Amino acid sequence: MFVLVEMVDTVRIPPWQFERKLNDSIAEELNKKLANKVVYNVGLCICLFDITKLEDAYVFPGDGASHTKVHFRYVVFRPFLDEVLIGKIKGCSPEGVHVSLGFFDDILIPPESLQQPAKFDEAEQVWVWEYETEEGAHDLYMDTGEEIRFRVVDESFVDTSPTGPSSAEATSSSEEPPRKEAPYTLAGSISEPGLGLLSWWTSN
Amino acid sequence: MEVKDANSALLSNYEVFQLLTDLKEQRKESGKNKHSSGQQNLNTITYETLKYISKTPCRHQSPEIVREFLTAMKSHKLTKAEKLQLLNHRPMTAVEIQLIVEESEERLTEEQIEALLHTVTSILPAEPETEQQKSADDAAVDGEDPA
Repeated sequence: MFVLVEMVDTVRIPPWQFERKLNDSIAEELNKKLANKVVYNVGLCICLFDITKLEDAYVFPGDGASHTKVHFRYVVFRPFLDEVLIGKIKGCSPEGVHVSLGFFDDILIPPESLQQPAKFDEAEQVWVWEYETEEGAHDLYMDTGEEIRFRVVDESFVDTSPTGPSSAEATSSSEEPPRKEAPYTLAGSISEPGLGLLSWWTSN
Repeated sequence: MEVKDANSALLSNYEVFQLLTDLKEQRKESGKNKHSSGQQNLNTITYETLKYISKTPCRHQSPEIVREFLTAMKSHKLTKAEKLQLLNHRPMTAVEIQLIVEESEERLTEEQIEALLHTVTSILPAEPETEQQKSADDAAVDGEDPA
């Protein structure tokens, strides 16, 4: 689920923090910059693991702060492909089942990856697995708050860095607010035996 | 900022749990600057991740247990990813093993799956509630009086 990522960055320490130990100031700055943020094509950054190398710190003309090049390792959330994870159902919509891990919310299980046959109950806005046995069909509901085991089948990164002012042909001008896109989304699947709500598979 | 290696090492849930708990202790001791606006993101992500991991059996592991587990796993010839998932999930049924181990029907016989399950459940500590429930179920089945 978590990987270690080696990164290099230049950290700026303002003069009023010079009395603190350099390592502490740098750790704080790196966490301030990266914790709980998604780095494009890397994953969701959790916290600093360690600092591997500090290069010389420079003070540039016009700026009293020190700039230090730091080599460090960061703990990043990025499940590998086909990894099995357990999360909680956040809700259902016609697009699929939304799952959350608490610290990461943008996981979607599209309808084609649900246990088949599945249908969407419009009245209760919930996906249902129509489980067939000899006695007849059982309807297994995927309710909000239930724990669900799923497999990661796809991940996608979207670059959400701000773009410059749009070109001359401003088609949809400032009336509608810009659509918020999640920078990092995971697609899951539960179409295998053992996957789906934990309560479906516990042999009590 | 430059990313030198986006995949330098895999971390088990236990290692992240340990790291975040130590970080939390350190910040509690140093006191005052926890609530400054810059630290809010770190607080949020640490709290949520710790909450998530605390609900998994990884909470009760220790470096010795992990080492013992990995030595015991050597004989089963599993990939690193599979061993990591076994460590993080602590499967208790054959169905879960089939999910985690790719092509388990071809690579493992039924006895091997049982042996694997036994190794996992004996070396890795379980959640205390499931242990109590399991022993209560066993007692009911055997018809013994609880001691």
